[in-house]
Amino acid sequence: MGMTMAEKILSRASGQYEVAPGQFVTAKIDLAMAHEAIASVFVSLASIGWDKVWDPSRIVVLLDHYVPACTERYADIHKVVRYAVKQWGIKHYYGERAGICHQVLPEKGHVLPGMLIVGTDSHTTTYGAFGAAGTGIGFSEMAYVFATGQLWFKVPETIRFSLTGAFPDNVFSKDLILFLAGKFSSEVAQYKSVEFIGPLAEEMSLSSRMTMSNMAVEIGAKFGFFVPDQKVSRFLEGRAKESFALIAPDAHARYEKTYEIDVSSLEPQVAFPFSVDNVRPITEARDIQIHQAFIGSCTNGRLEDLHVAAKILRGKQVHPDVRLLVTPASWEVYRQAMQDGTLETLIDAGAIIENSSCGPCFGAHLGLLGSDENCIASINRNFKGRMGSPKAQVFLASPATVAASALEGKIADPRGCATKGEWEKC
Amino acid sequence: MLKIMRGKVWKFGDNVDTDVITPGIYMDAPMEEMKKHVLEAMNPRFPREVQPGDVIIAGKNFGCGSSRETAPNAIQALGVAAVVAASFGRIFFRNAIAIGLPIITCPQAAEHFQEGEEAELDIPQALVKNLTRDSTHSGEVLAGEVLDILSAGGILAWLKSRRAA
Repeated sequence: MGMTMAEKILSRASGQYEVAPGQFVTAKIDLAMAHEAIASVFVSLASIGWDKVWDPSRIVVLLDHYVPACTERYADIHKVVRYAVKQWGIKHYYGERAGICHQVLPEKGHVLPGMLIVGTDSHTTTYGAFGAAGTGIGFSEMAYVFATGQLWFKVPETIRFSLTGAFPDNVFSKDLILFLAGKFSSEVAQYKSVEFIGPLAEEMSLSSRMTMSNMAVEIGAKFGFFVPDQKVSRFLEGRAKESFALIAPDAHARYEKTYEIDVSSLEPQVAFPFSVDNVRPITEARDIQIHQAFIGSCTNGRLEDLHVAAKILRGKQVHPDVRLLVTPASWEVYRQAMQDGTLETLIDAGAIIENSSCGPCFGAHLGLLGSDENCIASINRNFKGRMGSPKAQVFLASPATVAASALEGKIADPRGCATKGEWEKC
Repeated sequence: MLKIMRGKVWKFGDNVDTDVITPGIYMDAPMEEMKKHVLEAMNPRFPREVQPGDVIIAGKNFGCGSSRETAPNAIQALGVAAVVAASFGRIFFRNAIAIGLPIITCPQAAEHFQEGEEAELDIPQALVKNLTRDSTHSGEVLAGEVLDILSAGGILAWLKSRRAA
């Protein structure tokens, strides 16, 4: 019997020849990621008299949710983080000088194909874009992982999305993952592992794959894999912290279900408040007034996303009644966008460039919404109160749709705007 | 050991998310304050009238959304003995076990209970009985190690007990 990506990784990590869906296993963790949550982990372990971690070289810590500290309370939490990192001798600590965790860990070469990775953040599924089994866990479980390097897992069923066709101009992987959430619901992959396969999956850039793996959790998934290929190998050249081998599912692996999706006629998609699966095509969303537009987050704050926005905004002005926030996902992205002129284009158009952090995405700081305000955002969640007031509304869309909307002052179709390939000419 | 538990039922529907269980606006509040607002958007009576030992029976995807551990913590702080749902958001499911809040995944339970009826739960056997109607429904049995974690009162208590052993 062949095995899926999830089964292969969980069988290797639990030291078993083969595992099957439904089985409970205890697996060794290859890498653990914690952001500000490490403060809580530190306090929990101290409370039971535990003063060291299982392997300081297999833990990556950084600050990204509240940087620079937005309140006195978080300044104090950051102090605990710095103290914990020193006490435990954590080898890979990036502080507030790297960016958002799910962008930084791949950039710094920590995320490698075949790894089992847990993080104190639900969007840890992003690492599936590199063929790693990444998944989010809570603070108590992370404390247990820090202490023992192990955790129990239920081997998930796997479903596949077989992706074909080519995206129409200014339609992107973000539109596709929103479309999947809308068509199949936010729990189509509950407890399950997802594999995105097919010619379109192979065609996609790593950035586009990361957007889909990131939001796999929004359809309930435990893991959101792409099969790692030469694009992954090339990206990891000069970055990878250790040697690795590519991994693929077995030819005769068993899948619960395979959905066939052709994107050739896909329209830009918008998720309406207050759930990620409340999705409509752009043609049913046009003309809704917006007050804020936001391009950033671990979902869509990469160079590819900023380029798309810059193409649309170049030589134009953001609508006077709209504030456009742009958050590069990492310092590396920030630097690249600065060097190639993207940031200048965005600033000229009237964008506010913010430091790399999670800030506005989950309503912590750097641009919240007041009551009865609308925001269109390239982020991953639109729950009630997500970006500030519970009386505000958040609409989810691609960076192209967000940029086009920022110009119009209302939700706008990006398909009439500058198209693919024109950035190089700008 | 996980004893058989009996309690009055509070019913909830599908897709109850963690933002509704513990609203973000109370995230920095102490637990004593936060617990007063648990699920209030769904049923304002719930946080005021729930009694220690009561159980929650819900539909699909209970606890979906963010990974905040405050969601099961606050339910536990109200004294709720256990949560039964047709399915759970994955991280809520794990967090509940990690903090020692018993849960049963039982697809049929919700349709066989009305609010206020009496339930009897056998966690190791994953049995959900409606004592008011005398019906029994089977859920998914948890693995031995997971039951050990629940018996110990959570994953950190389990870690501590094993270290002492």
